[in-house]
Amino acid sequence: MTVPTTRFGARMDDLLQDFIAETRETLEALSGEIVAWEAAPDDRARLDAIFRFVHTVKGSCGFLDLPRLGRLSHAAEDVLMAVREGKRVPDTALVDAVLAIVDRIGDLVEAIDGGMALDDSSEDLLIAALAPDAAPATQSAHVAVRTASRSVRLNVDLLDRMMSGMSDMVLARNELARRLRDTEGDPHVEAALERLSLTVADMRDTVTRTRMQKIEALFSALPRMVRDTAAELGKTVSLTIEGSDVELDREMIELIRDPLAHIIRNSVDHGIETPADRLAAGKPASGRLLVSARQAGNQILVEIEDDGRGIDVERIVAKAREHRLRTDAQIAAMDDAARLDLIFEAGLSSRDAVTAISGRGVGMDVVRANIEQTGGRIALTNQPGKGLRIVIHVPLTLSILSTIIVGVGTQRFALARQSIEEIVKVRGDQVRIDAIGDAVAVSVRGRRMPLVSLGALFGLGIGDPSTLVIVSTREGDYALGVDDVLDTEELVVKPASPQVMATGVYAGQTLPDSGLPMLLLDGAGIAAAAGLRFAPITIADTVDAEDVVPGVAALLFEDLDGHRRVLALAVIDRVEPVPTASICWSAGAMRLAVGEAIIPLHMVGDLADRTEVAVLRLTDGDSEMAYAIAEAIEIVTLPAHIAPARGTGPIAGVVMIAGEQVEVVDPYALFASEPVRPASRPVCLLHSDGSGWMETFLTPALEASGYRCVTRLGVDETAAIVLAMEDASIEPRVAPVVTLRRNRTGAGADDGSIYRYDRPALIEEIARRMMADPVVPPVCMAWPTTTAIGGRG
Amino acid sequence: MELFLIAHIAGRGVAIPADQVASVVDIGDVVAVPRAEPSVRGLAALRSRVVTVIDTGTALGLAPTPDAARRAVITQVDGHHYAILVDSLEDVAPFERLPLSSGLALNHGWASAATGLVERDGEPLLVLDLATILPVSAVQSAA
Repeated sequence: MTVPTTRFGARMDDLLQDFIAETRETLEALSGEIVAWEAAPDDRARLDAIFRFVHTVKGSCGFLDLPRLGRLSHAAEDVLMAVREGKRVPDTALVDAVLAIVDRIGDLVEAIDGGMALDDSSEDLLIAALAPDAAPATQSAHVAVRTASRSVRLNVDLLDRMMSGMSDMVLARNELARRLRDTEGDPHVEAALERLSLTVADMRDTVTRTRMQKIEALFSALPRMVRDTAAELGKTVSLTIEGSDVELDREMIELIRDPLAHIIRNSVDHGIETPADRLAAGKPASGRLLVSARQAGNQILVEIEDDGRGIDVERIVAKAREHRLRTDAQIAAMDDAARLDLIFEAGLSSRDAVTAISGRGVGMDVVRANIEQTGGRIALTNQPGKGLRIVIHVPLTLSILSTIIVGVGTQRFALARQSIEEIVKVRGDQVRIDAIGDAVAVSVRGRRMPLVSLGALFGLGIGDPSTLVIVSTREGDYALGVDDVLDTEELVVKPASPQVMATGVYAGQTLPDSGLPMLLLDGAGIAAAAGLRFAPITIADTVDAEDVVPGVAALLFEDLDGHRRVLALAVIDRVEPVPTASICWSAGAMRLAVGEAIIPLHMVGDLADRTEVAVLRLTDGDSEMAYAIAEAIEIVTLPAHIAPARGTGPIAGVVMIAGEQVEVVDPYALFASEPVRPASRPVCLLHSDGSGWMETFLTPALEASGYRCVTRLGVDETAAIVLAMEDASIEPRVAPVVTLRRNRTGAGADDGSIYRYDRPALIEEIARRMMADPVVPPVCMAWPTTTAIGGRG
Repeated sequence: MELFLIAHIAGRGVAIPADQVASVVDIGDVVAVPRAEPSVRGLAALRSRVVTVIDTGTALGLAPTPDAARRAVITQVDGHHYAILVDSLEDVAPFERLPLSSGLALNHGWASAATGLVERDGEPLLVLDLATILPVSAVQSAA
């Protein structure tokens, strides 16, 4: 799941299966409509239902690369559109022709599912039969191919019943456990209960999982869809997806799948302009599309934002007038929002051109209907010429939330984990609580934020909170004081009754295993109820985002030569004082002894008569070095402009900091010029005999002694020592070899092998051989006798 | 003739239309809902469902229903389940619904909750519409 490229085929397969199942299902549901439409061709509702079906099929075909189905559905859609617009009369010939196509779509879908080829010779005839003056098409015989499906589509009602049955089961188990506690325990009964509890918990997880899905399931199809759609239109669109890991009820995902696809196709087709138009409008040639999901209170928000031309409201209004959907007087009375909302009217379009991608803007009525069906809503923010943002709100109903349980007084509340930044105890010196006027603020490691005591707010506790939960909201962060953080739990959250929601501080209710209802707190609602006011945070325009280079944090320090210099904070592991006695000039370089290890040290100036000096411990991820300084001053943000240095050396350039010229130390040059010895542990190459004994038995023992065990060398790795069983042949020797024997007693005195379970002797021998026989880097290495160890060129 | 459940609320007999009654239960432990209206006693678990428990006395503007009261009528309003606490329950019987007698001055919450009368053995009982007992919240009135 995590590697999209290798999973892509499988995903497409899943999508195709979904499409087949869905089409089959819709067809079954539609059969009644079809018969009814046949009887009464003027029935608008039936017409709309059939139209929606072919429209959806057409949409899916474009993405799934099913050109035959696409052609059929597009042709049928055209005719039905004409009927909708009143340009054609649905006479028997037309109805027959459309139904022949619907049947054909069903046959094709079955054929795809069965992996069979279906002759396409008659399809031109079917399409030709749609023409106004066509002769009735000859019905092709139905192909009855149904294959056993690999998945079962379940009614969500059934899952709901399963879920509620599951909860009842949990409660029954709890009650049983309570009753048993009151009586003298029979160990056998208790063991049986224990087993029941485990099974119930497992089952509950499974049942819960059947309902939940990451929204990734929906988003994963988008990159391909956007790319294909854009390519067909000669546009380039860069898609950004955020919040793929938001979990949503499976039903919700299914319900917003089509609307989302419609909206995105509309954005690419109608919203984002061609590269030439974009350049002319002063925009980058490539369009931007941002799709994001997040949870806000008891809703999931899916946002689709493009930087295209937006909606031409005047044109929509003109259309509404033309189609007589509204009278002139009604239109005159409409405000801007109401005019924009006309886009959701059935049969209205913002574009006149017909394209294969999104048709005629049809779909927005369907989109809204589908979303409202979920109990959600859709909101538009139109900026003509600049872009369109569409926000789909869907309720959190039945979503599983990862929560922490906090205790206040005698009550417990749940708090969504994603809104929590950290949890700190009030004890300890990291936390300070101050009264500022009549407000209370807390400083956590120097960061000040308002404190809300949940006990005081809820009238539940009198004591001072002992634990702070740092809650982050869209407006700002605050500390929520509670008595205790008790647990973490995955909870099924349902909306609470209006009387409870009216308080504004809850996001829903849940029934945890305890059997006692619990309320889910709404972090933002609590902030509002406590009267917290956060300074408005300016949200950076996404278009400008790439021009803003985030400042690089750097440490300003005074060097040993008295100059002030800065060094990027990212390379500094820590600053620590070391005795100057541990620094010495040896083997042609300055070196610092740290415990048993020796790391290179960079020094500008001299130590004079210091006995102790501060060093910056630097790391590039693999290797370490040290930089001796006089004193660390403060953390600064590097200005964007760095005047380059002359010549080469560990100075990258000069910046102005607080009106002073400061040299910027170049960490790259530091690491590049020092012969840095990797901080990693010596590599112990296990010459595996395939039995797995070495990997299983030796690895833990050797790793505990500070070696790193591998069975094959990476490209840039050098073995410090090789371990092999007595009967293995090892040529050439890339490193000293320690031979292990299986018998306690060796073959001879000068055998040199070590009994494989004699751990102290083994460790000692490895150390001895490494010292005595230093590594000669191999020129070439090949292993003729084994396949477990790869070659190295 | 219509079926009514005869109950006692705040010491008075009332008739609740049977089609509003989902079930009649004794509720378990009630978890308080801080910051909610006083007439919201809290939440209780009813099988796998969470119900909002209504302190009927307070909701009608009378003395609060005692904490010990456990007997409740479960009703469903707009998809949410409520437990309406009652003093006691009698049985279900068919009655003729009569209009509220003119000149009957009802006070407190009775005025809005009562939608008619039934007569049982000559004793008039108010017909109570359970949905109107629920505290009207901002959310609800906006919906």
